Amino acid sequence: MALAVPTHYTNQVEVTDEAAVFSPEVLAEIDSHIAKYPPDRKRSALIPLLLLVVQRERGYIDNAGVNFLAKKLDIEVTDVWETATFYSMLNMHAVGKYHIQICKTLSCRIMGEPEITGHICNRLGIEPGETTADGKFTVSRVECLGSCGTAPMLQIGFDYHEDLTIEKVDKLLNSLE
Amino acid sequence: MEIKAIGCEPLQLKRVHLENSHTLKVYQDNGGYASLKKAMDMSSDDIINEVKTSALRGRGGAGFPTGMKWGFVPRDSPKPKYIVCNADESEPGTFKDRYLLELDPHALIEGMLIAAFALGSQTGYIYYRGEYKYLIDIMEVALDEARQANLLGKNILGSDFSHEIYTHTGAGAYICGEETALLSSLEGFRGHPRMKPPFPAVEGVYACPTVVNNVETLTAVPQIIEMGGENWRNLGTEKSGGTKLWSVSGHVKKPGVYELPMGYLDMEKFILEDCGGIRNGHQLKACIPGGSSVYAMRADQIIGKNVRMDYEGLVEAGSLVGSGGFIVMDETIDMVDSTKNLTEFYKHESCGWCTPCREGTDWLTKIFTRIASGGGRPEDAQLILDLCDNIEGKSFCALGDAAAWAIQGAVKRFPEDFKKWLINKTNANDSAANV
Repeated sequence: MALAVPTHYTNQVEVTDEAAVFSPEVLAEIDSHIAKYPPDRKRSALIPLLLLVVQRERGYIDNAGVNFLAKKLDIEVTDVWETATFYSMLNMHAVGKYHIQICKTLSCRIMGEPEITGHICNRLGIEPGETTADGKFTVSRVECLGSCGTAPMLQIGFDYHEDLTIEKVDKLLNSLE
Repeated sequence: MEIKAIGCEPLQLKRVHLENSHTLKVYQDNGGYASLKKAMDMSSDDIINEVKTSALRGRGGAGFPTGMKWGFVPRDSPKPKYIVCNADESEPGTFKDRYLLELDPHALIEGMLIAAFALGSQTGYIYYRGEYKYLIDIMEVALDEARQANLLGKNILGSDFSHEIYTHTGAGAYICGEETALLSSLEGFRGHPRMKPPFPAVEGVYACPTVVNNVETLTAVPQIIEMGGENWRNLGTEKSGGTKLWSVSGHVKKPGVYELPMGYLDMEKFILEDCGGIRNGHQLKACIPGGSSVYAMRADQIIGKNVRMDYEGLVEAGSLVGSGGFIVMDETIDMVDSTKNLTEFYKHESCGWCTPCREGTDWLTKIFTRIASGGGRPEDAQLILDLCDNIEGKSFCALGDAAAWAIQGAVKRFPEDFKKWLINKTNANDSAANV
């Protein structure tokens, strides 16, 4: 039986020892995260730095970003990958400029998520998990985002869009195109 | 969406409708931080005893008595003690903490400070689910305000009590709401749960004594100190003290966050009147009352049954309070489809650490996918229950139990829906179903 290999393994072909270079402002931001934890527990800053800094600055969790964090936090490169591959918000490959994450869990599902997903995918001409050819949009279906009372909903980047209707979705997509 | 109290004066929701409720000024103008001052004149034992007397139970889902949890912390330990707020709200159907964090962040800060004072802690962390980044931004402003006012940081209010609170973010993992997995994640590791004992109160983050409490649990603490544990408990029942927030979603006319006294009567009135009833032209079919991880209830277990809304009442009625997330479903819902949706959730969120949960949730998802594509077999219902038996009580943490309960409830209580798929290999009501 063939095993399904997660895409983040197959996509990880380019291996480099180079570490990312960040601006002084970003380096200060990184230090402010590390300062929250005891000096011998720098690793605690790993997940916030992956999500809030590396992913923002590099677009996704790339080799150079990981190498930087490993040095910065005095841990092995494999430690960073071990942690990073666990968390669903960390993208192991490039996503579109707008990452549309549609909540698919029960409350959203029964309140119309299938129609919303169908409409967005039709309009963009892609399936969930895909990115438009111009690199502008990625569509993902994700698990519960804690917005069940205003279902159906989606998140783009860190912004919540709730109480969705087809009209609202169209307006939203128009504002992004 | 509604945010209101029913059957009691709002306590958790006291300030949320005020303009700029998230600011220090509005919080203090409405009695904020008075409880902290009061607590700082009390002894640690007195504070912990008030919380014990209040019968406050953990609002994240497990319902563990908060005062007892605090009592387990070895206060004479030379190690630093940590207060960790669990703001990893990820239970399907649950969204109450989000509004507290957005509209009343200072209540959480005050609750954490009182806990810190009682337990001798100098450092606190608020662990947010990564998707709640916008709430971290709100909290950072609130923390700055508190620091400026000498309510946070060194020598709080001129005393020798010092405590600093930091925000921390996860990055997408339901399991990190489990307190030991949360601690692994807070240390920068994969969100795998840890063996208990040692319990976090003895060895938590960095192997130091740690209290992990849900947002709503901690925001109740200033109320308890203000009015006294006994008065707070008397708002509810003997064993389920105070008030509780319920998140209501699905096919009701007025979804929202409702604050009810514990012991509220009754569940039928709550769904069919307080929440506006079921959407027009439809009837109640099922309600999962505690977030997705509890037994679903049939309409005939709710209507005319006078179900009391507290920890004991919901157990008697055949389910659990859990996180208080009501997912209300009408007759258009096919419970095979809704349960398939939940199996996918648990499969996705299983951390992979232990075999029963990792393999079991995967296998369940495969069975439900086969059934939903017309490949159902009469023996599948028993197969599903057998599988659940091999997960429940055999997984490393409660995620496996949660998955098993969500699925067992549907199979046992909605046999007619399963029969359609397993005998006729289709959902006969397909045209009426919107799922």
